[in-house]
Amino acid sequence: MKVLVAVKRVIDYNVKVRVKADGSAVETANVKFSMNPFDEIAIEEAVRLKEAGIATEVIAVSLGITAAQETLRTALAMGADRAIHVVTDLELQPLAVAKALKVIAAREQPGLIILGKQAIDDDANQTGQMLAALLNWAQGTFASKVVIADGTATVTREVDGGSETLALTLPAVITTDLRLNEPRYASLPNIMKAKKKPITAMTPEDLGVDLAPRLRTIKVTEPDKRQAGVKVPDVAALVDLLTNQARVI
Amino acid sequence: MASLVIAEIVDGILKPTTLNAVTAALQLGDAVDVLVAGHEIQTAAAAAARIAGIRTVLVLDAAPLAHDLVENLTPPLVALARRYSHVLAPATTQGKNLLPRIAALLDVAQISEIVAIQGPDVFVRPIYAGNVLATIQSTDAIKIITVRTTAFEATAAEGGSAAIEAVTAGDDAGLSRFVGQNLAKSERPELTGARVVISGGRGLQSGENFKLLETLADKLGGAVGASRAAVDAGYVPNDYQVGQTGKIVAPELYIAVGISGAIQHLAGMKDSKVIVAINKDEDAPIFQVADYGLVADLFKAVPELTDELDRGR
Repeated sequence: MKVLVAVKRVIDYNVKVRVKADGSAVETANVKFSMNPFDEIAIEEAVRLKEAGIATEVIAVSLGITAAQETLRTALAMGADRAIHVVTDLELQPLAVAKALKVIAAREQPGLIILGKQAIDDDANQTGQMLAALLNWAQGTFASKVVIADGTATVTREVDGGSETLALTLPAVITTDLRLNEPRYASLPNIMKAKKKPITAMTPEDLGVDLAPRLRTIKVTEPDKRQAGVKVPDVAALVDLLTNQARVI
Repeated sequence: MASLVIAEIVDGILKPTTLNAVTAALQLGDAVDVLVAGHEIQTAAAAAARIAGIRTVLVLDAAPLAHDLVENLTPPLVALARRYSHVLAPATTQGKNLLPRIAALLDVAQISEIVAIQGPDVFVRPIYAGNVLATIQSTDAIKIITVRTTAFEATAAEGGSAAIEAVTAGDDAGLSRFVGQNLAKSERPELTGARVVISGGRGLQSGENFKLLETLADKLGGAVGASRAAVDAGYVPNDYQVGQTGKIVAPELYIAVGISGAIQHLAGMKDSKVIVAINKDEDAPIFQVADYGLVADLFKAVPELTDELDRGR
């Protein structure tokens, strides 16, 4: 069984994001980028499936500008076998990405597709669900445990009230939550080896999909900053302020 | 055109998050219908019909729809959605699981976690863990929206008397099967709707020590939450997590105990009315957003706080 994993290049989670002076977008110049953390978990899960003898090949896919290749190299260094890069300068939204992945899935015929549950830039949390819908496959979103056996993926999902377990007929789409696994660091030898692994570049035209965005960003702003309040000397002072000033207890 | 709100139902009970989504739908100005989908959901349908200000309650009741299997829910919902200009649901794990699936089959974008409505096609939503607000315009005919419940007041749960109408459900798609669930049972209020939230971080050092927070929470009628670090460490289950990828809360009073204040955590609680931070590290970033900061050993300060509240009442 082939496993396809979608990965996204995002502003690193440690970076303090700033808005451009004209309010048109977020500042991306001279900012550190890395693989979306949920996608690292997705790659890790796929590589573990290969190590367990369940997956035969792990294919990483990314869409975006030339620099997205770096993210694919990271995926290859973590253990993916090869990569596909759909090169485009367009602003990519979840529906467009899902459409492109659908075409790639039709060509590659994976038994499982794993994605991060959300990207930490647009926080959309949509692509996996949309891809499952377009393929008419089952979906196991927000997965904290995945067991593959006998043509079924048994997926434990983190839901608001706790957790639930679903049995999904394969092929299926899974999106990762934080506690599915702890992604490995790529070792130096594996980083070197990854440089020789193939990345196939293609264009949206090669896939025959329309990637035009459906949502137009009118402006971006920074929310009002919360002001730091006061330090209180002890518990008695805290209770007094909460009772008499804030009036919340 | 009209708006359709997909009600949140857990174990046959209509969840209050539905009322926040109804408020967002009512702001759009047109008639609002509420869809109740699942199996054996008469109680939820009756509760939905009492929500103030809505027109009709549509009921989609069939065995394959039990446990919100989205593979079975999506086909009838796609058909239904075509009659509306807007389809909304609370941005809970249920809504986030279902709405993108509907949107994709309608070939429209989905708009996640809106916090404000500026027109029938213009919405504000947080991105980058809430560090940026994006104002976006949809170019699609149908807007499929999840609503951040803390950003919209709840509509009155009583006072309406909407007509209840049954809708035809589809068959079992045969793609997925419910195996089991492990839902937290708690006498405390739900995290997302609580007036007071007490959250613990890695500073608690163990799950056992969360009892300190539970005692305090019970004193204040509050809920207990946690940072990602505390959940990852196994102190408490995942449903406690407050933050960018966990639950978003905005209580009257949020008490952060032993939490350093990573931006991913702040994303989940910075709209709280009053924030209290208790941490022994005076440089912890949580103090930058706290209204009242107490630099102290939590193992002394929290029991002291509980005692002090005892004395005051």
